[in-house]
Amino acid sequence: MNTKDATAAVAEEPSPIGTSGATSDLPSDSGRWSRAGSGIMRRFGPLLGLLVTCAVLSFLSPYFLTFDNLINVFRQSSINALLALGQLLVIITAGIDLSVGSILGLSCVLVAMMLKAGVPWPLCIAAGACVGTVLGMINGLLLTKLRLPHPFIPTLGMMNVARGLAFVISGGFPISELPQGFRFWGAGTIAYIPVPVILVLAIYALFHVFLTRTTLGRDVYAIGGNKQAAMFSGIPVDRRLTMVYAVSGGLAALGAIVLAGRLNSGFPLAGDGAELDAIAAVIIGGASFFGGVGTVWGTLIGALIMGVLRNGLTLLNVSPNWQKVVIGVVIVAAVWIDVLRQRASTRRRLVRK
Amino acid sequence: MGTQEREPLLRMENITKSFSGVTVLADVCFDVQRGEVHALIGENGAGKSTLMKIVTGLYAADSGKVFWKGRPVEINTPHQAHVLGINIVHQELMLVPQLSIGENIFLGRHPVGGGFSRWVRWGDINHRAKSLLEGLGHPLDPKRPVGELSIAEQQLVEIARALAFSAELIIMDEPTSPLSEHETTRLFRTISQLTARGVSVVYISHRLKEIHQVADRVTVLRDGQHIATKPISEASTDNLVRYMVGRELSERSSESKSPVNGDEALRVEGLTVRGKFTDISFSVRRGEIVGLAGLVGAGRTELVETLFGAGEVESGKVYLDGQQVAIKSPIDAVRHRLALVADDRKAKGLVLGGSVRFNVALAAPKKFARYGVFLNSAREREVANDLARELHLKTPNVEQQVMYLSGGGQQKVVLAKWLSADSKVFILDEPTRGIDVGSKSEIYDLIRRLAERGVAVLVVSSELEEILNLADRILVMHRGRITGELARKDATDELIMHLATGGDVH
Repeated sequence: MNTKDATAAVAEEPSPIGTSGATSDLPSDSGRWSRAGSGIMRRFGPLLGLLVTCAVLSFLSPYFLTFDNLINVFRQSSINALLALGQLLVIITAGIDLSVGSILGLSCVLVAMMLKAGVPWPLCIAAGACVGTVLGMINGLLLTKLRLPHPFIPTLGMMNVARGLAFVISGGFPISELPQGFRFWGAGTIAYIPVPVILVLAIYALFHVFLTRTTLGRDVYAIGGNKQAAMFSGIPVDRRLTMVYAVSGGLAALGAIVLAGRLNSGFPLAGDGAELDAIAAVIIGGASFFGGVGTVWGTLIGALIMGVLRNGLTLLNVSPNWQKVVIGVVIVAAVWIDVLRQRASTRRRLVRK
Repeated sequence: MGTQEREPLLRMENITKSFSGVTVLADVCFDVQRGEVHALIGENGAGKSTLMKIVTGLYAADSGKVFWKGRPVEINTPHQAHVLGINIVHQELMLVPQLSIGENIFLGRHPVGGGFSRWVRWGDINHRAKSLLEGLGHPLDPKRPVGELSIAEQQLVEIARALAFSAELIIMDEPTSPLSEHETTRLFRTISQLTARGVSVVYISHRLKEIHQVADRVTVLRDGQHIATKPISEASTDNLVRYMVGRELSERSSESKSPVNGDEALRVEGLTVRGKFTDISFSVRRGEIVGLAGLVGAGRTELVETLFGAGEVESGKVYLDGQQVAIKSPIDAVRHRLALVADDRKAKGLVLGGSVRFNVALAAPKKFARYGVFLNSAREREVANDLARELHLKTPNVEQQVMYLSGGGQQKVVLAKWLSADSKVFILDEPTRGIDVGSKSEIYDLIRRLAERGVAVLVVSSELEEILNLADRILVMHRGRITGELARKDATDELIMHLATGGDVH
């Protein structure tokens, strides 16, 4: 099970933007310890949340802690995990992408229609990914070229445009019975492990490297940390932002391929409201809405927390309506814990003045 | 100035305060007489702000007593401080830009009708705001939105707001750092009007010259200790500096330097942006420090930011090393090895949540990258460590977030960022604004060392002393034009002020 891997990675990786609580120094020992404590909280908080949730659920339901169920949770979380990864990049730049659910819907329909028309499936996947990336890029260009005041605006527009187009081109009907080769990406397994799970892990690892080990990733954090300072330091802010939204759109299209494969169908309502789940996963995973802060593994844990909660509550026969209530409370609680943590570190900062 | 025998307005005795084991104030005594201007000085971290936060109810002292008009008081909240008549004019002004002057003055306690009527009485607000501002000698229209006002006028609104609370003690935290010299003189007139009414002022500043102009007494803190309290007439600048830093400073290097003969590094011809500056021409040689003096609002920041590609050029040419260049964005500027140490380091210079290392590498990603894309943390750490040592940066290590550094430390990180980018032309906009005396002289030394290494330096500063101290040659701007150029040996305070004010000598 790879929460283990995630633990190790989270533990060893200093926040790419710089400081790690454990290595920073303050004049007093007590200060140093509490800073270190807050660093640990930031990095382990989401993981701790996941472990506690799992522990509680395994007491409540004998079925929860079985291999099949855990794999199932992971598979169910994979689409949200893909969308959340794109959303993470966007949120690190202090932005938001409301269009990912709709881009998923449009790509889903488009890919399904192409498959039905007899286009070979690898081409369909490539085309779907391209469409998502281009739509995301349009978001970025609208933001940076038209100087729209906030990414909320272009992505809200795209959310409606893409969803509308999904209905227009499909006529509102689902497109079912897709070819076997394509369905492998959503429903297949390799050595008992579902393909989407492998896909998510591979892409997460790739993005972890991208964000923490490359200059492009560094730029993304710098833009979110202080856009103006990034601009004055010669970072091509507009180009980086466009890239980030394009990546977000591309990952949404990848989500569409997994979803269509798993459900054996492309339908225009696919991914309805998924953007909000993605945002929730990113926030539960410890990223800051103000930008500059957030990690890939935190986001994966955020997506898993949501998946585990939904799965566990379903096992316990809690109605989907009440599940929504619980998820809502968890989102607010997770951010509230973060606020408490920040208030504590601000207080420590004032100490030094 | 109040007489010494009378009970002071505010008396603080043996104030001690520590945070998680760190003592930030040790046994500090401080008092303010009625109608007095009491300057409170000390380097960053000396405990000035903490002391004032105790007075204004933001912090509680661990031990010690506070007396207000002779009676012992406990000030536990900012509200209690307001009720007593203690107000603070913050360094970062706390006004709502969209609201009018009148609304800001009465924010939170708009006068309302009696009984059950909660309607806001606008007539009252505007009338009272107007008379308060007139009392301060500045008849501003109370209906104007605060966002339209200059910083100096906004300060005035804050002062009027304090008076509306019937303040008897106003604490001013670095009030002149955003002001031009002209506006500073006006602020001092306002302060003397306040003291004439019997209002007392605690004046926190780094600028020793001003303290001599405005204060009656001065108290120096260092490392949380009370060092001295003296009538201003008995406190020479040299003494005060010694009290503050505990060592001698060689701030002024008056030895005459031979004129600089390096090649021309930067040349600007006829640069114009309508409404900002007109027909700007000048050049800077390698190894030369050129000062750009002028009042706030003369267009200097706009000029240097446009040079750096942050604004669009309407007409004019820029040459680097004799080659004409088109700098359309800061990306181009950095590629041409230009460095801009911007006027507002927190907003434009640093990623505050990032580490020293992160910020040092910010402007030179390629230099540190492996295969052009992968970060080389070891190399970054090495360079950051070297620069931290060279600049005497006080930080436990380079993984420290820059938000936890002092103002001087942060400015050194900005300089380190450009040093690591191997910049050849440094443009520094108000490089020592809000920085303590110790770091200031270190930054001066660094600027001189840069020039010795053959870097071309352009320093924008509103502090005449800074310009006179650093520059080989001085340009003066007034209302978007260069009104004069002075050699170092010919430049005097009076001459620069004359050119900066467009002829009116103040």
